[in-house]
Amino acid sequence: MDTVLLLSRLQFAITAAFHFIFVPLTLGLSILIAYMESRYAATGDRDYLRMAKFWGRLFLINFALGVVTGITMEFQFGMNWAEYSRYVGDIFGSPLAIEATVAFFLESTFLGVWIFGWNRISPKLHALSMWLVALATNLSALWILIANGWMQNPVGYVLRNNRAEMVDFWAVVTNPYGILKFFHTIMSGWVVAGFFVLGISAYHILRKNETEFFKKCFKIGAIFALVSSILVAAVGDFHAKEVARTQPTKLAAMESLWETTKDAPMYLLLVPDPTNEKNAVEAIGIPKLLSILAGQDEVKGLKEFPPQDRPPVTLTFISFRVMVGLGFLFILLALLALVKYKKIEQSTTLLRILLWSIPLPYIAGQLGWIVAEVGRQPWIVYGLLRTSEAVSKAVEPAQVVASFIGFTIFYGALGIIDIYLLSKYARKGPEPKEV
Amino acid sequence: MEFQIIWFILWGLLWAVYFALDGFDFGAGILYPFISKSEIDKKAVLHAIGPVWNGNEVWLITAGGATFAAFPTTYAYMFSYLYTPLLIILFALIFRGVAVELRGKSTSEGMKKFWDFWVFLGSFIPALLFGVAFGNIFMGLPFDDSGYYGTLFSLLNPYGLLVGLLFLFTFIVHGGLWVSLRVPEELANRAFARAKKFWYLQAIAAVLFLIFTAVFTNLYDNFIKIPVWFIVPALAVVCFLLTGFYLIKNKNGRAFVFSALFIIALIFSGLVGLYPNLLPSSIDPKYSFTFFNSSSSPYTLKIMTIVVIIFVPIVILYQAWTYKTFMYKITEKELKEEGY
Repeated sequence: MDTVLLLSRLQFAITAAFHFIFVPLTLGLSILIAYMESRYAATGDRDYLRMAKFWGRLFLINFALGVVTGITMEFQFGMNWAEYSRYVGDIFGSPLAIEATVAFFLESTFLGVWIFGWNRISPKLHALSMWLVALATNLSALWILIANGWMQNPVGYVLRNNRAEMVDFWAVVTNPYGILKFFHTIMSGWVVAGFFVLGISAYHILRKNETEFFKKCFKIGAIFALVSSILVAAVGDFHAKEVARTQPTKLAAMESLWETTKDAPMYLLLVPDPTNEKNAVEAIGIPKLLSILAGQDEVKGLKEFPPQDRPPVTLTFISFRVMVGLGFLFILLALLALVKYKKIEQSTTLLRILLWSIPLPYIAGQLGWIVAEVGRQPWIVYGLLRTSEAVSKAVEPAQVVASFIGFTIFYGALGIIDIYLLSKYARKGPEPKEV
Repeated sequence: MEFQIIWFILWGLLWAVYFALDGFDFGAGILYPFISKSEIDKKAVLHAIGPVWNGNEVWLITAGGATFAAFPTTYAYMFSYLYTPLLIILFALIFRGVAVELRGKSTSEGMKKFWDFWVFLGSFIPALLFGVAFGNIFMGLPFDDSGYYGTLFSLLNPYGLLVGLLFLFTFIVHGGLWVSLRVPEELANRAFARAKKFWYLQAIAAVLFLIFTAVFTNLYDNFIKIPVWFIVPALAVVCFLLTGFYLIKNKNGRAFVFSALFIIALIFSGLVGLYPNLLPSSIDPKYSFTFFNSSSSPYTLKIMTIVVIIFVPIVILYQAWTYKTFMYKITEKELKEEGY
C-alpha cells in the first residue's frame, strides 16, 4: 500500500477517534446540565445551581477539545481525500455545510452565552441557552451521521459527469442507515454522560464528600444511564438488521461468518482464522440466533464475496463482540445503581466499580466506530468507491508524514492536559454552599 | 447558472463575514501579550473575545463546508494543493481555541505562560497565513491537469507575504479597536493606541497591495473591462480612510465599524477581480477552477440555497442578539469575581 494512502487512513483514524473522545460526553452532559439548571430555575433550589456549575465546568473543559478537533475532520476531506471529495462532494458536502449552518452556529453561540451570561440574562434564559446547546450538539450529530450514513449506504444519487450527483435530497436525509446510526450514536453518547456522572458522584460518595449533593447527582446519572443504555441496545438491534440488509460483507465480518448459512446460529465462543477462511474455534452455539438478529433466514457468508471486497475480519469481529458485551454490562450496572440508590453509600464495591467504569462507554463508542468504518472497507463509499481510489494525488508522502507526526504529538499533549484538568476539577467538587 | 453565481457571491460573503468577525479575535490575541500589564489585564482581553470567538470561528467552518457543498472540485484541489499551509493554520486554530478556553482553568504559572504563548501564536499564524493563502490565490497557483507544482516555500513569495502582512495589520487594528471597546479604561487606551499605530502600517501595506496587485496578478482585468466595478475597491478605500479618521478623532466604536466594513469590501474586491475563478491556474487559465466548471449540480445548489435563505438570517439574528448582550464595558470587579 502506498505511503500517502496508508498514512492518510491512519491519520483520519486517529483524528476521528480523538475527536470522538470528546463528542459523546458533550451529547449527553449538555442535556443533564440543562435539566439541572431548569430545576434550579423552576424550584430555586440552589443545589441544582451548584450542580449545573460543577458539571458545567467539566463540560467546558471537555467541549474545548471537541470543538477544535472537529475542524480537522472537515479540512481533512479536502486535504487528504481530494479524489473522494471531488467524486462525492455534490452529495456529501451538503450535510456538512448544513451541519455548520443549522447546528454548529447554534451550539457555539449559545455556549458563549451560557459561559458569560450568568449575571447578564435571567436564570430561565440562561437554562434555555444550555437546552439550545444540547439540541444543537445532537442536531449536529444528525447531519454528520446523515453524511456518514450515505458513505455506508449510498442513496438518492446518479453517476453523471464523472461523479456521483444528488437527485433526491429527501432520500439522503431519510436514509434509514443514517437515521438509525444517528440514534445509536447519540444514545451511546448519553450512556457515556450517564456513567461519567455516576462514576464521579461515586468517587465523592466514597470519600463522604458532599454526600447529599452527590447522591442527587447519582440518581440523575443512574436514571439517564439506564434509559439510554436500554435504548442504545434496542436501536442497535434495528441497526444490525439494516447493516445485514445493506452491507452483507460488514455483517459477515462482525459475526465472522464464512459460509452462507440458513437459520444461522450464533457461537458465544468463536475465534476467527481469516488466513484459512474459517473459524479456528466455534463453540456454545445458540441455534438460529444470528438469523434472528440479522432479520434474515439465510445469512450471507464472507466466501460469497471475492477476497478483495471483504473487510478485515478479526478486528471487526472483536470490536463488535466487545461492544455488545459492554452494552449489556451498562444495562446491568445502571440497573444496580438505581436499585441500590437509596443506601448507595453502603455499597462501596458497587461505587468502586462505577468509578472505574467511567472509561468503558468511551471504549464501547470507539469500538462501534471501528465496526462501522473498518467493517466498511475496502470501500470508502460502500459498493461505489474504493478507499484506495479516494486519496489525494497532489499530496507528497513527506507532507503526510509531517502531518501525521504533528497530529500525534499535538493531540497527545492536548489529550493529557485535558484529562489532567478534567480529573482535577472532578476531584475538587462543587463550590461550597453559601451560608 | 444563476445558482452558480449566487454561490460564488455567497462564497465571498462567508469569507468576508468570517474575517470581519474572527479577524478581531486574531487581533486581540496578537496584542494580548503586549498590552496586558497584569493578570487582570490578560483576563480582560480574553473576556473581551470570550463570548463570541467560538461563534465567529463557525463562519470559517461554514465557509469550508459551503466550498465543499457548492464547489466540491475547488474544495478538493484547493485543500490538497495547500496541504501544508492549511495544516499549520489548523494547528494554530486548535491551540488558540484550547488556550482561550483552558487558560482560566489552569492554576500553575507555567501552564498559564504556555497558554499565553499559544493565544498569541495561535492568532498570529492564521492572521498572516490566511493572507498569504489569499495572495497566492489572487496570483494563481502553479497547476495543470496533471497536478500541482508548488511547495510551501513557493507560497512564501513577496506578493503572498505582502497580502499576509496586509491581513495581519488589518486584524491587529481591528482587534485593538474591539478590545478598546470592551475592557476597562487604562487597558482600553493601550489597545487603542496600538490600533492607531498599526493603522499606518496597514496603510503602507494597502498602498503596496494596490500597486503590486497590478504587477503580480490579473485582478485588475475585470475592473478595466467593466469599470463600474471599481466602486467595490473604492468603497474599501473610503472605509479604510474613515477608520483612520475616527482613530484620530478617538472614536473607537465608529472606527471599529468601518474597519469591519473595510474587511468586507476588501474581500469583495478580491472576489470581483477573481471572477469567474475560485482557484486560478498560473500556468494557463484553461486549467483554472471556476464557479461554472467546479460547482455542484444545479439540484444540489438549489437545495443549499434554500437552506441558506432560511437559516443564515436566523443565525445572524441570534448572533446579533449575542453581540448586543455582550457589548458592554467589562469592569475590574467582574473580572475579579468570574474566572475565565
